[in-house]
Amino acid sequence: MESKLHLNTALVDRARESARRIALDTQSFIDGHTTVAVERAVCRLLGIDGVNSVEVPLPNVVVEHLYEKGVLSFGAAYFIGNAMAETGRSPMRIAEAIDRGELDLTALKPHSIEEIRAHIEPVAKAAADFIAGNVAKREALLSEYGDKEGPLIYVIVATGNIYEDITQAKAAAKQGADVIAVIRTTGQSLLDYVPYGATTEGFGGTYATQENFKLMRAALDEVGAEQRRYIRLCNYCSGLCMPEIAAMGALERLDVMLNDALYGILFRDINMQRTLIDQYFSRVINSFAGVIINTGEDNYLTTADAVEEAHTVLASQFLNEQFALCAGLREEQQGLGHAFEIDPQVEDGFLYELAQAQMAREIFPRAPLKYMPPTKFMTGNIFKGHVQDALFNMVTVTTNQRIHLLGMLTEAIHTPFMSDRALAIENAQYIFTTMRHLGDEISFKEGGIMETRANEVLKKAAELLSQMEEIGLFAALERGVFADIKRGRNGGKGLAGVVSKAAGYLNPFIELMKGGAGK
Amino acid sequence: MSGGLYDMSAKDFDKTLDLSRIKAYGDTMNDGKVQLSFTLPVRNDDKGVEAARALARQMGILEPNVACAKTLDKEFTFYVVYGSCPYTVDYDNLSVATVENDVMSMEEINDFIRENIGRKVVMVGASTGTDAHTVGIDAIMNRKGFAGHYGLERYEMIEAYNLGAQVENEDFIQRAVELNADVLLVSQTVTQKDVHIQNLTNLIELLEAEGLRKRFVVICGGARITHELAKELGFDAGFGPNKYAEDCASFAVVEMVKRRNNEF
Repeated sequence: MESKLHLNTALVDRARESARRIALDTQSFIDGHTTVAVERAVCRLLGIDGVNSVEVPLPNVVVEHLYEKGVLSFGAAYFIGNAMAETGRSPMRIAEAIDRGELDLTALKPHSIEEIRAHIEPVAKAAADFIAGNVAKREALLSEYGDKEGPLIYVIVATGNIYEDITQAKAAAKQGADVIAVIRTTGQSLLDYVPYGATTEGFGGTYATQENFKLMRAALDEVGAEQRRYIRLCNYCSGLCMPEIAAMGALERLDVMLNDALYGILFRDINMQRTLIDQYFSRVINSFAGVIINTGEDNYLTTADAVEEAHTVLASQFLNEQFALCAGLREEQQGLGHAFEIDPQVEDGFLYELAQAQMAREIFPRAPLKYMPPTKFMTGNIFKGHVQDALFNMVTVTTNQRIHLLGMLTEAIHTPFMSDRALAIENAQYIFTTMRHLGDEISFKEGGIMETRANEVLKKAAELLSQMEEIGLFAALERGVFADIKRGRNGGKGLAGVVSKAAGYLNPFIELMKGGAGK
Repeated sequence: MSGGLYDMSAKDFDKTLDLSRIKAYGDTMNDGKVQLSFTLPVRNDDKGVEAARALARQMGILEPNVACAKTLDKEFTFYVVYGSCPYTVDYDNLSVATVENDVMSMEEINDFIRENIGRKVVMVGASTGTDAHTVGIDAIMNRKGFAGHYGLERYEMIEAYNLGAQVENEDFIQRAVELNADVLLVSQTVTQKDVHIQNLTNLIELLEAEGLRKRFVVICGGARITHELAKELGFDAGFGPNKYAEDCASFAVVEMVKRRNNEF
C-alpha cells in the first residue's frame, strides 16, 4: 500500500524496534512471575468453577489455599496434578475437598513431575480442544454467513440486567450492529474475583460472569441465525481478573475483548507488575481463542489533550503490538485503539483526526483498528452530538477502520436508550454507504496540513519510545509518560498477588495455547 | 395532521409576551410548540402511531403530530412527535436555588485568596465510590482544564490534589485530613439507579459522624447534579454541566471567608 501521507518509514521502523526492545526487556520480568489471577485462570481452564457456601469462587479457594501455604510459585497446575495422581479425583472434586477443609494440597505425597504431567496434561488438552472447537464453530458460522467487509458496527449495552441487555442487544443486532459489547458494572475491574451466575443488578453496566457470557452468546447466535450474520460478542478482559475473564471468554466463544497491556496501571491504579504479568497470560489465551483484542489508547485522550498527546497514543499502540506479539497474538487479532477526541473548536481539527486515523491505518496495516467516538466534547446538545458522530463516521469509512464503536447522541446524558442506538446505527450506515469508496478516490496534498500532522505525531512517538527504551517501561510509567499519570512500581492494587516462579513451575496452557489454535 | 411545509392554521391567540404566563415557543409567541421523542413497546403500524398520539395527548399536547415512526425491533417503535403544549409558567414568581456568587476569573480568585485568606487554599478532589469516570474531576482540576477554562492545578493560590477515580469515601476523608484540605470536590458521573445519591449521602454522613462536616467546604459536581439536589443532600454547593474550575473556586473561597466571618 502506498502511503497517502508519505510517512517516514525509517522512523516507523525505528519506533517499532524501540517498542520491541521495551517489550522484550519487560517480558523477561513477566516470564519469571505468576499471579493469583493467572493461577485462578489455570484453575478455570482445568474445569474448576462455581462458588462455595459464602459465594467465594472455587478458583479463589484453591489459589488462596496455595498462596497461604507459600507454594503458589510452583503453579496451581502442579499441585492439582499431584493431587490427581494421589487421589484419582478430578480438579473440580479436588477444589471442593479443599473448600470443605478435607484436603491440604501440600500435605500429599509428592509425585514425580512426569506423573504430574501425565495427569494434568490430558485435562488441559481437553480444555484446549474445547476452545479450539469454539474457534472452529465461529469460523464455520463466518463462512456460512460470510463476514462483513468494511467497518464493523460496535455498540454497547449497559442496563445492569443481563436479560434486559439481551433485549437491547437483539434489537441492536437487527438494526445492523455487528459487535455487541456488554459494559461491565462500575467497580468490577477492582474485584479480585469473578462473580458467579446470571446477574440482574449492576451500576452503569452488567457483571461479567461466565453465565452472563453464555446467555448473551446464545441470544446473539439466535439473532445471528435469523439475520444470517455472525454477531460478535465483546466483553472486558481487564482489571484484576484479566486472565480469568480471558479463560471464561474462550470457553463461551466471545469474539472481542478489551485487553490492554497498560490500561489497568494508568486508569485503575492496578500495580504495574501485576498488570503486565496478567496481560501476558490473558493474551496467550485470547490468541488461542481467536479473540480480537481491543486496546485502550482512546482513554489517554479523554484525560490528556488530543492534539498535544496524539503521539502517546501511537507510542502505546506500538507497545501493545509488541506485547501482543510476545504472547503469540497475531496482528490480525490486534484491535489497536485510538479515538476522535479533538476539541470541535480547534480549527482544522477534522483534518488532524483524518490524518491520525490514516496514519494508524498505514502503520498497522493488518490490525483491525478500533476507533472510538467523541465523548469528551459531547455536551448534552444531542443535535450537535449527532453531527460530531457523523464526522467521526466519515473518518472511519475514509480511512478503513475496522472496529467502529458508535458514538451516541446522548453521550454525557445517560446510558443509551434503544432509540439512541438505532439513530447511531442509521447515521453510520448512511455514511458508510454514501461514502463507501471515498478513501480510494482521494489523496492528500504533499506537504499539506495532514501529511505534516501525521509525520509530526510519528516523530514525537518515535522520540518518546526511544527515551522509554533507555529507562525501561517501569521507570517510564513512574515518570508519567502516558495520559499525565504517574504510577509507582510497587504502588497500586494487587501487588500482593504477584509471585516469583519457582524452578518447577507448571502451567500447561502456555505451551498448549501460545501462538493460537491454528499454529 | 398538518402535512405541509407551511403552517396554515389560523393563529388566533394572544401573541404578546406575558412573563406571568409563558408558553413554549416555536416560531410565534405563545404557540406552545414542543418536540418530543420516545419509544413504545409495540409494532410499527397505524395502531402504534395512534398510541403515540394518545400518550402525547395525555401529556397535555394538543394536536400531536407524529412526524417519524421508526422500527427498532419487531415490538419496539420510536416516535418523534410535535404538538402544542397549552400549559403556562409564571416566570415572575419562580424561585430557584442556584449558586449566587459572582464568578471570578482565575486571576481574580488568586487575588481574592491573597487579600482575604493570605495563604494557599487546599482543594482535594476525586470521583468517589465505584465511579470509574475521571472526566468530570479532570475537567475541573487538571492543569489544562476544559474548553479553554484552566483547571485548579494552574491556580497560583490553590494547592490542588486530584485523587482520581474509585476513591472510597473513607479514604477520601482520610486523605483530606492528611492534606489539611479546605475544600472537598466530589465528582459523580454514573447515575444509573441513583447510585450517586447513595454515595453522596454516605460522604456527608461520614463527615458528620466524624465531626468534620464544618471543617470543609464540600462541593459536588456532575452531569446530573444540580445545586438544589446538592443542598438537599447536605453539600454546600453543586455544579452541573457547563460549569468550570472558576465556578467551583469562586464559590469555595467566598464561602470560606463567609464562614470565618460568621465565627467571630
